[in-house]
Amino acid sequence: MGKTLAQKIFDAHRVDTPAPGVAVLSLDRVFCHEITTPIALNDLVAKGKDRVFDPSRIKAVIDHVTPAKDSKTAEQGKTLRDWARRHGIADFFDIGENGVCHAIFPEKGFVRPGFTVIMGDSHTCTHGAFGAFAAGVGTTDLEVGILKGVCSMRDPETIKINVTGKLRPGVFAKDVILAIIKKLTVNGATDKVIEFAGPVVDGFDMDSRMTLCNMAIEAGGTCGVCYPDMTTVEYLWPFIREEFTDKAAALAEYSKWRPDEDAEYVAVIDFNVDDLEPQVTHGYKPDQVKNVSEMTGTPVNQVYIGSCTNGRLGDLRIAAGVLKGHRIHPNVRGIVSPATPKIYSQALEEGLIKIFMDAGFCVTNPTCGACLGMSNGVLAKGEVCASTTNRNFNGRMGRGGMVHLMSPATAAATAIAGVITNSPLFHK
Amino acid sequence: MKNFNGKILFLDRSDINTDEIIPAKYLTELTKEALRPYCLEDLALPGFEPRRDVADKAVIVTRANFGCGSSREHAPWVLECNGINLVIAENFARIFRQNMFNCGCMAVSLAPATIDEIFTVFAATGAECVTDLERMTFTISNGKESRVYPFTVGSFDLELVKAGGWVDYADRKY
Repeated sequence: MGKTLAQKIFDAHRVDTPAPGVAVLSLDRVFCHEITTPIALNDLVAKGKDRVFDPSRIKAVIDHVTPAKDSKTAEQGKTLRDWARRHGIADFFDIGENGVCHAIFPEKGFVRPGFTVIMGDSHTCTHGAFGAFAAGVGTTDLEVGILKGVCSMRDPETIKINVTGKLRPGVFAKDVILAIIKKLTVNGATDKVIEFAGPVVDGFDMDSRMTLCNMAIEAGGTCGVCYPDMTTVEYLWPFIREEFTDKAAALAEYSKWRPDEDAEYVAVIDFNVDDLEPQVTHGYKPDQVKNVSEMTGTPVNQVYIGSCTNGRLGDLRIAAGVLKGHRIHPNVRGIVSPATPKIYSQALEEGLIKIFMDAGFCVTNPTCGACLGMSNGVLAKGEVCASTTNRNFNGRMGRGGMVHLMSPATAAATAIAGVITNSPLFHK
Repeated sequence: MKNFNGKILFLDRSDINTDEIIPAKYLTELTKEALRPYCLEDLALPGFEPRRDVADKAVIVTRANFGCGSSREHAPWVLECNGINLVIAENFARIFRQNMFNCGCMAVSLAPATIDEIFTVFAATGAECVTDLERMTFTISNGKESRVYPFTVGSFDLELVKAGGWVDYADRKY
């Protein structure tokens, strides 16, 4: 019987099988941010184990609350910063160079096909877009990852989703993944890897593939993965050009990280997008999804464009394209947070930032802040936010607030209208 | 080894997420103990009052997909520092489940029909749970009624529970 992509990665990284169905894997990357890491670091110090397994395989960023908003968040940043310096972790990104973890780490070329990656952050599944096994973990797993470079995982079962058909104009990766989560439900992929395959995924750029994989966790998935192809090679080429004679050689090497034809799946789902309309969530679970046309007219107080789901350059281009020449509705607070300094800088060069500002948006520095109600755009009780983020949980962006998840195009159109509405990019 | 016996908190809802268990605004705390007053603060469940209902409980019985969402280990920690070391549910989000065992706590799955029975017979009756790790049974009783429910926990998870967590285990072995 053939193997899935995750099984191949597990086979190549397995260092122990402590019990049937459990694998201890060696790690190629341990990513850290300032919210879930400091308690692990303090615990290592308290245990007399203030060590790191390999400073070159550990990458760290301050991204959730930056600049620090109070003494506690300042202390969290300081703990991470001091530790990174103490252990010679060269790839540590502090204010001025920092961005949302799942945007900046791929942008730096840290994730390669076939890698194993953990981070104390559930949206670590984003990095599966590169054909890697990347999983969010808790602080204890992170602590062991930092100390020993290993992590235990249950042997993965995989759901394969073939995304077929042709997307209508104005329908994007975010709409596809929201519709898939609706179909799977929030518990439908628990303990499973999701392989996103088929012609629609093959045609997606890396930004769109990251949007897809980013929300695998919202269906309970351990990781979402896409198969490495020339799109992956092109994205990584500036970082790998020394390793390969040419792109074809890189593709040949990375192609070993594709599933076998006869791989065994717990489910294979064909998902046709021909008739898919722009999607939006209602309620407090990410599987509560409707067509935007069914929610049209719902008033919003705030529009947020950013995050590890949709804060990349492609997202800002789409949103700015909708906003150009318009002002946002007077009842709406518009906030855009480019996900990394490089994205911010490119958006400046392309004139996108000017479009956002002329439209009445507040442009913040790169940060996760508003998405989880920590800073930079927390909602008051009873307020409604149209958001390009990934979670609409009760209280997520502030106690008593309501979050409607949607694509950057829909968010931009909603900002102009002051009510949820389809973007003019969408044509039936 | 931790305590897995005591009064049951019944949470009759599926998909209770990490943000409901401990809201993100408290993730700036630098100690686990500081989380204690905020357990289940944002739980959307009619009639539930966090501080009143969590007090003196040691076990949670709930429905499907408990702990979905964030990777925050603050969710098991806030239960742990309120004396709740055992959650029984139909199933768990992967990260939450692993975090529980990594801390030496237990997240145990029972069949939906069994969970249903426990709710029907024991919810709102002041029921208690006694855990026998050797026989792998829960005895749930309320003074009138007492029923025994067998459960399964993998050998690796059990080792973590007995060792008190994953850090020392891994540092010794790898």
